[in-house]
Amino acid sequence: MIPISWYLILAAALFSIGLFGVLARKNAVAILLGIELMLNAVNINLVTFWRYLEPAKVTGQVFAIIVFAVAAAEVSVGLALIISIYRRRDTVVANDIDLLKW
Amino acid sequence: MATNTLIWLLPLPPLLAFFIIVLFTNKSNKLSHIVGVGAAALSWAGAMVVFFRSLGVEHFGEHPFTDSIPWLPLGDGWLEIGVRIDPLSAATLFFVAWTIFMIFLYSVGYHNFGQPKGDHDKQGLPPHGATVENEHGHKHSVPSVEPMYARFFAFIGLFAAGMYTLVISDNLLTLFVGWEIMGLCSYLLIGFWFAKKSARNAGIKAFMTTRIGDVFMLLGLAFLYSATGSLRYEVIFSHEVLHALESTPAFWGLSAAGAIGLLLFIGAVGKSAQWPLHVWLPDAMEGPTPVSAMIHAATMVSAGVYMTIRIFPLISAGWDGYTLTPTMSIIAFIGAFTALFAATIAVAQNDVKGVLAYSTISQLGYMMAAIGVGAYVAAVFHLITHAFFKALLFLGSGSVIHGMEHGVLHTGNHDLDPQDMRNMGGLYKKMPITFWTFLIGGFALSGFPIVTAGFWSKDEIFADAFAHGHTTVFIVLALAAFLTAFYTMRQITMTFLGDAKTPEAEHASENTWTMTTPLVVLAFFALAYGWVGIPENFPILGSFSSNWFHHFVAHTVHLPETHAEFSWIPLITSLTVALGGLAFGWLTYRKQKAGAVDPVKKWMGPLYHWIENKYYFDEAYDFLFVNPARWFSEIFTYKWMDRGLIDGILHIFGPIAYWIGHLFRERFDLPVVNRLIGDGSADLVHKAGEKLRFVETGRIQQYMIAAMSVFLIIAAVLYYVILI
Amino acid sequence: MTTMQVLFLIFAAIILGSAYKVVTTKKMIHAAFWLIATLFGVAALYAMLSAGFMAMVQIVVYVGAIAILFIFAVMLTRKDLRDSATPLNDGRFLAAVLSLLTFGGFFLLLKNWTGFTQLPSAEVPADMVGKLGTALISPSAYILPFEVASVLLLAALIGAVYVAVGATKNK
Repeated sequence: MIPISWYLILAAALFSIGLFGVLARKNAVAILLGIELMLNAVNINLVTFWRYLEPAKVTGQVFAIIVFAVAAAEVSVGLALIISIYRRRDTVVANDIDLLKW
Repeated sequence: MATNTLIWLLPLPPLLAFFIIVLFTNKSNKLSHIVGVGAAALSWAGAMVVFFRSLGVEHFGEHPFTDSIPWLPLGDGWLEIGVRIDPLSAATLFFVAWTIFMIFLYSVGYHNFGQPKGDHDKQGLPPHGATVENEHGHKHSVPSVEPMYARFFAFIGLFAAGMYTLVISDNLLTLFVGWEIMGLCSYLLIGFWFAKKSARNAGIKAFMTTRIGDVFMLLGLAFLYSATGSLRYEVIFSHEVLHALESTPAFWGLSAAGAIGLLLFIGAVGKSAQWPLHVWLPDAMEGPTPVSAMIHAATMVSAGVYMTIRIFPLISAGWDGYTLTPTMSIIAFIGAFTALFAATIAVAQNDVKGVLAYSTISQLGYMMAAIGVGAYVAAVFHLITHAFFKALLFLGSGSVIHGMEHGVLHTGNHDLDPQDMRNMGGLYKKMPITFWTFLIGGFALSGFPIVTAGFWSKDEIFADAFAHGHTTVFIVLALAAFLTAFYTMRQITMTFLGDAKTPEAEHASENTWTMTTPLVVLAFFALAYGWVGIPENFPILGSFSSNWFHHFVAHTVHLPETHAEFSWIPLITSLTVALGGLAFGWLTYRKQKAGAVDPVKKWMGPLYHWIENKYYFDEAYDFLFVNPARWFSEIFTYKWMDRGLIDGILHIFGPIAYWIGHLFRERFDLPVVNRLIGDGSADLVHKAGEKLRFVETGRIQQYMIAAMSVFLIIAAVLYYVILI
Repeated sequence: MTTMQVLFLIFAAIILGSAYKVVTTKKMIHAAFWLIATLFGVAALYAMLSAGFMAMVQIVVYVGAIAILFIFAVMLTRKDLRDSATPLNDGRFLAAVLSLLTFGGFFLLLKNWTGFTQLPSAEVPADMVGKLGTALISPSAYILPFEVASVLLLAALIGAVYVAVGATKNK
């Protein structure tokens, strides 16, 4: 059998890779990709805890499903924003999108 | 290979061909048609193996090839999908495999493979021809290759995959999946030349009209599933389930079985273009001719009839062999009505494919009527023979059009419609193979006695209808058969016989081997397939026949025992209407001069306009359904509801909020706050902002890095200081 | 090492490897494809955790819808950054340090948790999918979050359409 630690460490690593993507990628679409990785890491955690701690209850899976829905909502709005910005300003580089600076 | 595995694999080659062509080989015409035709050949070979293995099984009806796998988890069980080849699907598989393979092969020639690219051909338009220069510097026009050649093979590959899926499936759900794949493909293929407005509209019309039927079919499926908990043939056609369904009342005095059967039948009405949903099929002629053959013979319309035959146990639940169930009566009525109604329209069509389109509707009506009067085997038999001779006729008409286009390129008169039969004539000299095969197909369609397959299948329907006392259906079908023979002979005479009516027809020429070979093969079946189903009680010939077809197919379902005595009346009727119609058609049109008024028009007078305009069904539907729907969406929903009512309400809130804000500013902020407290706080914030604003770089990732750093620091502090 | 463990390591390698490619690949379309590989790996993990339904949903929703949406977005914002030397911005070293610190922090937290190496406590009940379905629509369980999530999705949908279409109108 696989101890819970394996899954948790994998999820932590995936989360950190996603975080790096969010913090360091130039392309705004890539930032969203990083967020997807982080959400997936969270979901692995949820399902893992469900399986190892309370397999008789459905709570863990319900949470994971809600995360799916939130992820879908986030992607659709995020990508719509990016496409809208791309149309107006012809760029998807996050650093060029700085209308809010001083 | 195990038969069960092989059955699973049947739809795979054309499906893979679709993906391979779309993804990889779409730049190369040659590779694409090798993949497409090769896939059709593979499926054909597999289907033949399955078919001939099924012949070797004793009592195949009770022991069909079946196999299933669990597909979707459904709480307390699995939704299973599987394959099933029983006598009905084996017989269907046989004609589907042959016709599809032949049509694929034919498409190579039809789309002018090997010819140069057109001078000004565009994607989405039929090829217009190319100019080439021979070694003497003499320029002449030749046909040009279809600009979207590879795409065509991808689409018909997917179409074929849909049909194979439909035939091999062991439940109504995967049948429906195949059904809908074909619905999509018919849209894509009818609208293949999408730059033509008429083709686009025809595609949409076909899709929308069949969709009406599909909605009802889906309702029927849902009803069936909720009533029985399964969609597999094995389960729903078992005696217990059928009995339970039959004894449950549904609505309008129908039993549940009858109601489900009726709903599913409406699906078939859409797919098989029965009245009143027949309007899409004639317009579907806008697609390339192999597509017409595909839709009208091998796949789409056959699928509707196949499904209706499939659900025959539901339709006929409670039928004792004599009194028809309400559902059966409805089906018999619609079928017989459609058969006659479409035949009358076909008489007045001048488009060579238009005649065939209405004849298809009419022949499908025959099959439906046969199902309606309980002539199960006869319906299957006619489905198969019709598939062969109608595929032959369509491919033949495509060959004629192609030959005429040769003539058009030769004379350069591009205004001439190469599909109009009034411009043809005398083609039998120019295109002998097309002529002889077309003649065989036409005679099979008219039911020319003894030698053609159409005679035997039609005769069986007549005999069954007559023997069971459905005289009205019998008479209507006989009338339709007379008209069928008449318009077929009219078509043959106008197209092939007599003198050429235009210079283009004089310069028409026979086509390449890829186009003529399928014609010859299909012509063989259009003759020979009838001989497997000669009834044993037929005079003289019956004693040589074992009526193999009847014994093979009849065991698919349990039919009530009825005694059908041989009677001369249907036989003589059948002979009279077929020969009479053919002779009458020939006598009427053989002396027809170019540009002369159609004799039928002279006899009919003003009524002719009704027929010529297809009884104004398109106009009526536009008036009844299309225009109101447009009015509802554009005027009512958009202009009145959305712009007027909803926006109107919203526009009230804006001024109210503005007025409240204004009130606060004038009465509270300016007089009270500013006078008593002053603007000091605002100034302070302003100054602090001035100093701090350089943190705001506007770069989201820098913010995030800052936030993350702060978060990590706080987390570390909390962890070490508070928790420990 | 049991078969399951070997399988786990294989999938973990797929997940982390392709996730690394997602955040470092230059071509965006390739990054989107690497994301699909990651998602399939995660689906496999769900299957190993005997959450077959979640694995299905992961493939259908994530791979089938979200990843495809990404591919569309990448294709619509075609003016890519291929000519620039790196797909990463100037803060990448700081970002790497922060990510590593985050991972370290997680590891530290988990290591001090008493249940860190425990094994599954019980078997998964047979009719998990049915229970899940009932829980999602039963008033005594999760109907409210479920409905809120659906409203959120609807709002996101409308918002996305508005944002994406509004831009062209204003031009």
